[in-house]
Amino acid sequence: MSYTAIADQPEGDLHDPDTFITKYIYSQDHKVIAIQYTVTAIAVGLVALVLSGLMRLQLGFPDTFSFIDPSNYYQFITMHGMIMVIYLLTALLLGGFGNYLIPLMVGARDMVFPFLNMLSFWFYFVSVIVLMASFFVPGGPTGAGWTLYPPQAILEGTPGSDWGIILMLVSLTIFIVAFTMGGLNYVTTVLQARARGMSLMRMPLTIWGIFVATILGLLAFPALLVSAIMMLMDKVVGTSFFMPALVSMGEQLSYSGGSPILFQHLFWFFGHPEVYIVALPAFGMVSDVLAVHARKNIFGYRMMVWAIVAIGGLSFIVWAHHMYVSGMNPYFGFFFATTTLIIAVPTALKVYNWVLTLYRGNIHLRTPMLFAIGFIFTFTHGGLTGLFLGNVVIDLPLSDTYFVVAHFHMVMGVSPIMVLFAAIYHWFPLVSGKHLNVRLSKLHFWITFIGTYAIYLPMHYLGFLGVPRRYYAMGDTDFIPASAQTLNANITIAALIVGLAQLIFIYNVIISLSKGKKSEPNPWDATSLEWQTPDFPPKHGNWGKTLPVVYRWAYDFSVPGTKYDFIPQNVAEEDVEKENSNAGVESTGDKK
Amino acid sequence: MNFFRTLGEKPWLAQAGEIAVINNSEQNILKGKTALKFLLAVVGVIFFLFTVTFLSRTQFPDFMALSGEPWQPFTNPVQLWYNTAALLLGGIGLQGAKLSAKANHFNKALVGIIIGIFFTLLFLVGQLLVWTQLYALGYVLTSNPANSYFYLFTAVHGLHILGGLVALSYVTFQFIRKNGVARLSSGISLCATYWHFLFVVWLLLFALLTSSPETYKTIAQLCGF
Repeated sequence: MSYTAIADQPEGDLHDPDTFITKYIYSQDHKVIAIQYTVTAIAVGLVALVLSGLMRLQLGFPDTFSFIDPSNYYQFITMHGMIMVIYLLTALLLGGFGNYLIPLMVGARDMVFPFLNMLSFWFYFVSVIVLMASFFVPGGPTGAGWTLYPPQAILEGTPGSDWGIILMLVSLTIFIVAFTMGGLNYVTTVLQARARGMSLMRMPLTIWGIFVATILGLLAFPALLVSAIMMLMDKVVGTSFFMPALVSMGEQLSYSGGSPILFQHLFWFFGHPEVYIVALPAFGMVSDVLAVHARKNIFGYRMMVWAIVAIGGLSFIVWAHHMYVSGMNPYFGFFFATTTLIIAVPTALKVYNWVLTLYRGNIHLRTPMLFAIGFIFTFTHGGLTGLFLGNVVIDLPLSDTYFVVAHFHMVMGVSPIMVLFAAIYHWFPLVSGKHLNVRLSKLHFWITFIGTYAIYLPMHYLGFLGVPRRYYAMGDTDFIPASAQTLNANITIAALIVGLAQLIFIYNVIISLSKGKKSEPNPWDATSLEWQTPDFPPKHGNWGKTLPVVYRWAYDFSVPGTKYDFIPQNVAEEDVEKENSNAGVESTGDKK
Repeated sequence: MNFFRTLGEKPWLAQAGEIAVINNSEQNILKGKTALKFLLAVVGVIFFLFTVTFLSRTQFPDFMALSGEPWQPFTNPVQLWYNTAALLLGGIGLQGAKLSAKANHFNKALVGIIIGIFFTLLFLVGQLLVWTQLYALGYVLTSNPANSYFYLFTAVHGLHILGGLVALSYVTFQFIRKNGVARLSSGISLCATYWHFLFVVWLLLFALLTSSPETYKTIAQLCGF
């Protein structure tokens, strides 16, 4: 087994923050940057949550709220989608958890380029400000749908086609710059700054998920950048990259010959890997949460790593399954349906392994575990409907119906959010040194878990009925029975309850930070390095005088013949044997 | 392959691993090299995707190539050849700087850097000159997709060059201010690699933007557009 060559970074080499500003605002410490990312992402996510509530009010009780007109409705849809996918999920999973966990879990003092890391956050912050500014410009934010398809995205008649779309594209461009700066840091830290003994295959799956997702992001976001730049030019200077010759409002426009389908290809070449940019870190984190709270090593570690790598590779050749109805060559559909079904294999493997990790485990149903198990349910359901939609013949009638909305919300909305909550409840004591209130946590879980099913299961049925998505109001249609409206009203009530339930979580975090029960170091008896720091919570520089040395993988739980049911990664075999002989436990020797 | 061997390891088995210890400056070089590899991959993907959209767009009836007929501006692109030579000399200057820094000839290295910066700036000025010439001939940004792509490609490439100049200036100032000899060598080496990469990208763009409609057709057919 070979290890990467590692240099000890002396503690004195670190950029010591000495003022309030360098410590909390322009901080180069990965932990502070992670918290900055997390707080910003959750704040902007709450805006998106409110927008979804407003949309649901309109759908559940049409003609009731005069302040929601069709233009507002489309703006809510667009901003909700874009914020949730990019500015919340991507930023929180990679910017937040990536930043916090990578150096701690691989045993480094910080990211390899701390200044670049700080810039990454501030670029992200600016991108959020630019996006939020679009609420206040003439015409409001863009209402083009989160996919921003041309030609309608930049044409008069679409809400926010003056300034909203420009700010959206500029904001995305800034976000991509921010992500690239952060991403280069993440991959380089994982490859070049691991502690002694931390071979790639000894890394926790959380790091594998974040690492591969970052590579996907680095290679996929350029597609969004390219399409954003070209669309910006179409909008601002009048080029015709994507804009065909067309007549709008009775007037022949100066555009000619561009290809809207080209935009769709570019967008989804980014868009599909984006699903996995969100999913892979979630896969990794949920694996670690399951192993720790089931007191069992993750089932099939190597297979889990291979699956992450395989999914990462395959995610670049499935994008056109989002475009079956775009009029592309039918042979493409055959190819992309096949690749889509193939990518389901490693994904299903992961689900089996999670379930098998639970099998005969010593399961502790703490809140992180509840959310992790909840994730297995929501992800399996979301994944199974994906198999339907991945097939061309089934996708065609279901395309643009609520079935699709239900599918992607289950698979990349609810599921990653479940993992995010699992992760927040799991790592909160590490970050803050406090425990969250257990009763409030469990209440939060049950309302969220049951509530999301109350929202999305009926949506599948609405989709089967043929209820189209993206409609402000259904009007009178023969094929939609009146009962669909009752169902819609129920969905809205469930959505509002789930939305409000998130306030329990926020209240819990705020109250626990000040009055929460103090957490002892390593409260879950975890093995991975982030819980083994000399200070708890970890201080600037993470490791005190010397960096840790790693002797084992991150899943030595319930090893037969040992005194404790876990062996941290930085404990040597001799120390385990010494501990056993002191305690009078008969060692079984090497665990081969 | 090494990667597959890594993926084949069995981490649950207790094994004594070899631990190679290296010093900090070596690690700094490794960090820089790794980050640069990924950065070049990102830049490469950006240009690759622009190129794919370009090739697809060439097959639309309104696309009028900038080369192929005697009256087209790039049938004989003399100015672009001059610019290419300037960028090449810029890269050679940096390569020289890199080798001199490695051999601890710091004055020579500085001369190399200055040559590199001078010719790179000359390249950028040359590109701007081509823009003004095209504009004067009536090949404005929006009049044809071929023109739009020319301006777009050269602008994006130029911005990457400018980014490189910022990094190079940073490395040079660090060297002059702190006399960080070891850092200069690794910094210059990274800059030189970036320059060579952007030179290769420029050669590909040059070939692409000055091809004739027949060439586009052949490439597009090969790619299945």
